[in-house]
Amino acid sequence: MSANTALAEKYRNNFLKEIEEQVEMGDWVKMCMQCGVCSGSCPTNFQSAWEHPPQELFMMIRAGKREEVLTTTSMWNCTSCYNCIVRCPRKLPITHIMHGIAEYAHRLGKAPKMQPTRFFSGLFWKNCTHTGRVNELKLSMGLYFKDGFGAGIKEGMKMKDVAIGLLKAKRLNPFELLGGHKCKDQKGIQAMLKKAYEIERSRKAAKMAG
Amino acid sequence: MADIKVAAYICKGCGLGERLDTDALVKIAQKDGKVPLAKSHDFLCNADGVAMIKNDIANEGVTHIMIGACSRRAKTEAFFFPENAVARANLREGVIWIRPDTEEARETTQDMAEDYIRMGCAEVKAMTAPGGNTNTGSSKTLLVVGGGVTGMTTAIEASKTGYSVVLVEKSGELGGWAGKLYKRTPVHEPFKSPADTGVADLASLVMGDSNIKVYLNATIAKTDGAPGRFVVDIATESGATHTEDIGAIVQATGFTLYDMNKLPELGGGKSPNVVDQAGLEALAKAAAAGDGIIRRPSDNQPVKSVVFVQCAGQRDPTGTHLSYCSGFCCNASIKQAMYFKDTNPSVDTTIIYTDLRTPGNGEDFYRSAQEKGVIFTKGKVAEVVPNGNTSTVKFNDLILGDTDASMVDVDLVVLATGQVANSGINIDALTKPQVEGQEGESAAAGTVEVKPISILNLTYRQGPDVPQLKQGFTDSHFICFPYETRRTGIYTAGPVRRPMDIVQAREDATGAALKAIQALENAELGRAAHPRSGDLSFPKVRLEGCTQCKRCTVECPFGAIDEDEKRFPVFNESRCRRCGTCMGACPVRVISFENYSVNTVGAQIKAVDIPDEFSEKPRILILACENDAYPALDMAGMSRNEYSAFVRIIPIRCLGSVNTIWITDALNAGYDGVMLMGCKSGDEYQCHFVKGSELGRVRMSKIDDTLKTLNLESERVRDLEVAITDIERVPDMINKYAAELVAVGPSPFKGF
Repeated sequence: MSANTALAEKYRNNFLKEIEEQVEMGDWVKMCMQCGVCSGSCPTNFQSAWEHPPQELFMMIRAGKREEVLTTTSMWNCTSCYNCIVRCPRKLPITHIMHGIAEYAHRLGKAPKMQPTRFFSGLFWKNCTHTGRVNELKLSMGLYFKDGFGAGIKEGMKMKDVAIGLLKAKRLNPFELLGGHKCKDQKGIQAMLKKAYEIERSRKAAKMAG
Repeated sequence: MADIKVAAYICKGCGLGERLDTDALVKIAQKDGKVPLAKSHDFLCNADGVAMIKNDIANEGVTHIMIGACSRRAKTEAFFFPENAVARANLREGVIWIRPDTEEARETTQDMAEDYIRMGCAEVKAMTAPGGNTNTGSSKTLLVVGGGVTGMTTAIEASKTGYSVVLVEKSGELGGWAGKLYKRTPVHEPFKSPADTGVADLASLVMGDSNIKVYLNATIAKTDGAPGRFVVDIATESGATHTEDIGAIVQATGFTLYDMNKLPELGGGKSPNVVDQAGLEALAKAAAAGDGIIRRPSDNQPVKSVVFVQCAGQRDPTGTHLSYCSGFCCNASIKQAMYFKDTNPSVDTTIIYTDLRTPGNGEDFYRSAQEKGVIFTKGKVAEVVPNGNTSTVKFNDLILGDTDASMVDVDLVVLATGQVANSGINIDALTKPQVEGQEGESAAAGTVEVKPISILNLTYRQGPDVPQLKQGFTDSHFICFPYETRRTGIYTAGPVRRPMDIVQAREDATGAALKAIQALENAELGRAAHPRSGDLSFPKVRLEGCTQCKRCTVECPFGAIDEDEKRFPVFNESRCRRCGTCMGACPVRVISFENYSVNTVGAQIKAVDIPDEFSEKPRILILACENDAYPALDMAGMSRNEYSAFVRIIPIRCLGSVNTIWITDALNAGYDGVMLMGCKSGDEYQCHFVKGSELGRVRMSKIDDTLKTLNLESERVRDLEVAITDIERVPDMINKYAAELVAVGPSPFKGF
């Protein structure tokens, strides 16, 4: 995109329309009246976790700031507490829109790779769909080693007392690392997931077609 | 005056009998008040008490009545004797309710009551029963100036009430601003889409009403006379002049949009593709007559993107443009954005606002616009740069903090420029010498144009149009008396008095119509209009004593006084509001009312018993405005808020009616101090007579000279602003002042 077209796109409705079409609940974005109650209500905002609070994200969408919106970490910080939904005077489903935008950014491959929420989500999904059951040991270890081997060891050492306690209480089985237990009907699980993907694809295609 | 007979009645009810020695009060009335007939009664305001008074009037020949009971604001229906002069000594709210019920306080409380009896007796003797103004007219026709929504609604409402109406419209057709609209903001559920203006229906109602006579292409050439007997010359396009007898006038001359040519930085006047709201309405009307597509004026191509700039030339803190918010333009821009979205949802419509304000049911309308895809961007537009057939809009995005935001290739820019009142000539600017036009003045003049054309062409001494308050809007207190102007019998309604939308204008029109009807009915009966509605007294002048100083003609807040060819004042009683400002201004004291004069107050001041300087009983005179301060004092009594027993309170019609002779008299008589209690003055005035308290204060600011000649301290006179809500504050002010005066010491004039 040349600089000129980028300028021409600014404050035009193109990106807003894209969001409306592609993002779940995206057609609510235009209804925001910029009162800022959502930002004021967000518990994560107390730790300055948000690069852009929700109402600002909505404004950025309207302003056509496509790259900034899709690459920001902001919506990944949503904890789904639903405070904003409860308080929004315009009744925008803000929590859902946040997840919608995050999902869209992920789908486009624009989302920040190592953002913890996103990393964990990916890890969880892979872990869970692999055997049909969540392997907790692998999941937590995957998360420990997110930032490299050294950081993983360090994190593991920090948690060793908890791990030993869990071992003693028979809540942690080290042999799970070797594969762990699975659903009985492995083929069935995979077939089910395949079907689910297919349904979603056709739903999105139908939406795109209008 | 020979055959007056005064009677004094002292009430013993409401605890007066227990707290006061009423027998002593009766004796005071007889001895000091020199009243031939003085009685007390256990319960004066009941049927028996009132019957006693009525019997005395009928059989004893009583003409003047002094009632020592409750405040003059209480029991007005019981003590209603229209044929007689009546004075009230306020023993209840003014004495026993503001004093502690203790043995030590008993003496000073009794002193207070006795003085009020003396004052009441002295006052009533100086009064006569008001007979009403006889110089009246009986025209019941309403003149409505302006044929817009406000004017038409006024005419229809007045006609429905049974009054005939003359409607004068400058242009060739009825409708005004609303007539130029394609559609209006909705006023009915579900408030989702622009609605029909309804102007055509309104106009056909007016044209079809036999009570309403319409002059189109006509202006007011001359307005002469007073309420009930205005004579108005109406000049028509053909050159003919028609003369109409008019009872009261409603001026509904509306507004003009602020000239966008004054906003070149926003592209105003620089490109046909930058229009104001009127310009867009015209485009929309033209589109509706054709294929429905709004086209940009420069090359007739369909508009694909449009930007609305809110607050263009409004809410300007620099003083260059309008300083105020016009209140209607946010809804109007939302409506206009829908013109585009309703025909073609793919048109980019952006409204750039700083604060979106949608009064009425505008919130639903705003939401509906968002649903339709109108984009609202919070920002401040810095510049609109037209370039060929499009424009670039540069603005500061206030949400994203982007000072350098811009939209390019915008087909059409609409500036929401706001309302400027069509209020005629600013008569205050005319009377002010031009030299006064320093920075502040010239900035104000730049903000509001002094239009050279008068609307009403009044033959009044004070100028041809109704006075303005701020920014060219006509002077009316927007909360307390919205439609009143400073010309009795002339009311303003609609955007000429403050910015407003159609809904508010119609409400205004109805209110003004009713006020105008009241005015002409009161005028016929020789009674005052608001705020002394129904008052029969009116100013009488002893012209033999007049020195032609013109203070009364200049100061009258209502332009009631003209001058004759010999330069004597001519009082137009029907235009008078009975504030008494002329009476306070008159240096030779030749102006008086039958029941309110320099004498009625002066006699009260002199009637008070002044103890000598060794008694440690100072005396403080309070002249309290009857509209705000006096009710506040009464309410202080009702709440039993105590104050000093050394004050003697005299209600006055307005601070403007205070003649400096009263102050001189009081200080000469040995009063230790004088408190003047009037309403707030200035632009945010609370004075019922608009300018009364201001004029009174200007007069009192020169009281220091009087004090100097008497060799007295400046603390002896205190000018105070009191509002009706000052129920707690007023006793406090009195007590503080009383304590201050102790420090100053007793007046040296005692005992002379």
